[in-house]
Amino acid sequence: MLSRVADSLYWMSRYLERAENTVRQLDVTSSLMLDPGGASAEIRWQRLVASLGNPPGLNWQGDFDSMAHKLVFDDENHACVTSSIDLARENARQVREEISSEQWQRLNRLYHQIHAPEAETQFTANPSDFLSSIIDGIHLFKGVTDTTMIHGQGWQFIRMGRYLERCYSTATLLEVFQPELLGLPEREHSGYQYLEQVGLLRCCTAFEAYCQVYTADIAPERILEFLLLNSDFPHSIRYCVDSALDALESIQRASARRPSDELRSAIGRLHAMLGFTTVGEIIEGGSASFLHRIREQCMTIHEILYRYYVQYSIQSALTA
Amino acid sequence: MSASPSLQFDALFGDYPLDRAFDEMREPGGEVRAPYRAMAETLSRLPHEELQRRKQSADLSFLNQGITFTVYGHDEGTEKIFPYDLLPRLITSQEWSKIERGLTQRVTALNHFLQDIYSDAKILNEQVVPRELVYSCRHYRRQMRGLQVPRNVYITVVGSDLLRMPDGEFVVLEDNLRVPSGVSYMLANRRVMKRTFPHLFHSYGVRPIEQYPQLLLATLRSLAPEGRPEPNIVLLTPGVFNSAYFEHTYLARQMGIDLVEGRDLVTHDNFVYTRTTDGLKRVDVIYRRVDDDFSDPLVFRPDSILGCAGLFNAYRAGNVTVTNAFGTGLADDKALYAYVPRIIRYYLNEDPILPNVETYLLTEEKERRHVLANLDKLVVKAVGESGGYGMLIGPHASAAKREEFAQQIQANPRNYIAQPTLSFSRAPCLIGDRLVPRHVDLRPYILFGDKVNIVPGGLTRVALDKGSLVVNSSQGGGSKDTWVLQQ
Repeated sequence: MLSRVADSLYWMSRYLERAENTVRQLDVTSSLMLDPGGASAEIRWQRLVASLGNPPGLNWQGDFDSMAHKLVFDDENHACVTSSIDLARENARQVREEISSEQWQRLNRLYHQIHAPEAETQFTANPSDFLSSIIDGIHLFKGVTDTTMIHGQGWQFIRMGRYLERCYSTATLLEVFQPELLGLPEREHSGYQYLEQVGLLRCCTAFEAYCQVYTADIAPERILEFLLLNSDFPHSIRYCVDSALDALESIQRASARRPSDELRSAIGRLHAMLGFTTVGEIIEGGSASFLHRIREQCMTIHEILYRYYVQYSIQSALTA
Repeated sequence: MSASPSLQFDALFGDYPLDRAFDEMREPGGEVRAPYRAMAETLSRLPHEELQRRKQSADLSFLNQGITFTVYGHDEGTEKIFPYDLLPRLITSQEWSKIERGLTQRVTALNHFLQDIYSDAKILNEQVVPRELVYSCRHYRRQMRGLQVPRNVYITVVGSDLLRMPDGEFVVLEDNLRVPSGVSYMLANRRVMKRTFPHLFHSYGVRPIEQYPQLLLATLRSLAPEGRPEPNIVLLTPGVFNSAYFEHTYLARQMGIDLVEGRDLVTHDNFVYTRTTDGLKRVDVIYRRVDDDFSDPLVFRPDSILGCAGLFNAYRAGNVTVTNAFGTGLADDKALYAYVPRIIRYYLNEDPILPNVETYLLTEEKERRHVLANLDKLVVKAVGESGGYGMLIGPHASAAKREEFAQQIQANPRNYIAQPTLSFSRAPCLIGDRLVPRHVDLRPYILFGDKVNIVPGGLTRVALDKGSLVVNSSQGGGSKDTWVLQQ
């Protein structure tokens, strides 16, 4: 397929995943605010912004609600939900002939929903309802993508974008939370600590899944183990890496071109980092640096992917 | 109790003026023309709310399909829903057969003309067409001299604009030989109309048009370079900001070919390739929706980034077919238009089947004086423009505007032509809850590959504003479905 098309599909998917992640973290943070006595609003806000990768322009200005409003609707800010959805739609618009009409209509509806004149009042009246409806819209799009689009290269690039973005954002989230999870001395079980930990799981839609695996006995190491190493849960980092590897293999299988060794080894290295270790070893070796390495590796993979499939030099393609 | 049919009918037609202009639906006396009777009956039997409901459901269908176009001069990239009218325009099989013969004749002659101009230029040597008119045309491309184009076909896709005059006959207003657009609206209109009036559609026996994308693909395939049995065909678009971008994506999807932008193309050793995830892939045929000027910065405008550097050389080497060919805009120049009847007689030795509109050439001293004295009665058009831009409609224009055009004409007479203000036909449109007459034209789409193919129908464009004579979508025009009847 055309390189530009592959690139647009990849970014469409990444931006939607980013919007979903932002919406969910915002929703969880605002629900944690309902219980007084935990961290202050300012600290929560700063943690939220850090988990989103510290985008500029979101400095605390004294009021959580207006900050939340900014994070959803401030088109000027690159990190806000509307601009992620706009960019996803813009990418889709440039490849309209490649995606199904159902996909386009779904994404278009989501775009119109968040830009509707009444959207901001709906959000102010009931943020949680509004945010859930955005997540619903994104889920519907993903469902329609899987059921109406041909599962060829384009679809694999969509998966690639989704899982790389998710892997990166989950690693960022864990990196921000890990001092709280592991750094503090064991305290007696306080309700607040419990809420915080559940909040972390909820940021990854992982609470119920966690309970199925470990029961409701919430413990920091287990949270880390679950979100890093579980191979069956779609939001765990290991699952994301497995899926990205699978997408890459499918892309390469369908192609007459010699596979990129560099790309395979970059994803393979990440795969091995997660596949042949235990949570104990990770904590012992320093979980912060481990998470940091995951993020770096994600960026490397992205860079090689772009260089190999999208912006390759003509000379290299002619000699291949 | 519901109102009786005749009352409904009166309510619909309430205040429906008829005058000298041909009305598509009604005789000068007011009675409904024979082909339209079944439609009038259906309309008069439909309860008012039902008609509105169908209108709304058709609206929604256009909206959800995202059938939009972009208007220049507004915010870049503003999308608008293409306005349309619910009532189809009918063309009988007799009328159509004349249109079909007339357009085939015209396109064949124009293609001969282009071939001649870019080779021996006999028609100029024999002084049938003035030499300076050709060489002063800004769409003349000297780079095309002596270049052999595949099958000698210069104009693969043509959209000619027809008007119906008060006597009921069709005339050709202009030909679009560069990158005519609008065919996707023709196809979309049909899809929506079939859903809106299924029974009426069925009872009329309308000839199908849905095969257009397939015909276009077959036409493009027939022009592939020698020795390429499975040609890689692409559609070249200027990109999302182009007003017809929707159409480009639509056609590419319907034909199952890649929609490419200039930045997707690479040339090497006089071959054109697309940049794909599988590496470079050779391109055999380019259906070009980018103007000549922007196609290749090495040969045409050097500041353009919409095309592909080296494309023209690959074309000249015969390694890729680009269609329509470069330099075809010469033959739809509005000043050369006046010579088309002579062109037809010269190459085909036949009388034109579809007449031209009377046209004044402003380079001729006598005609120019006449035009300048009668600007309030005439329509003046810039020769190189299309889309309803650069046009003066004398009777509707302000004195200041007329003065502005008069000065421009005197400064550059070659750049303008004038025509009488035409009283072309009107068709009933549903506006609010009334049927009102609005001016319409007809743009059939002609495909020319190994033979000439015209899908029966075309885009009927409507000047939706009362009294307006401008049907271009960029100037507030809309469209109607066009039903060519089997009988």
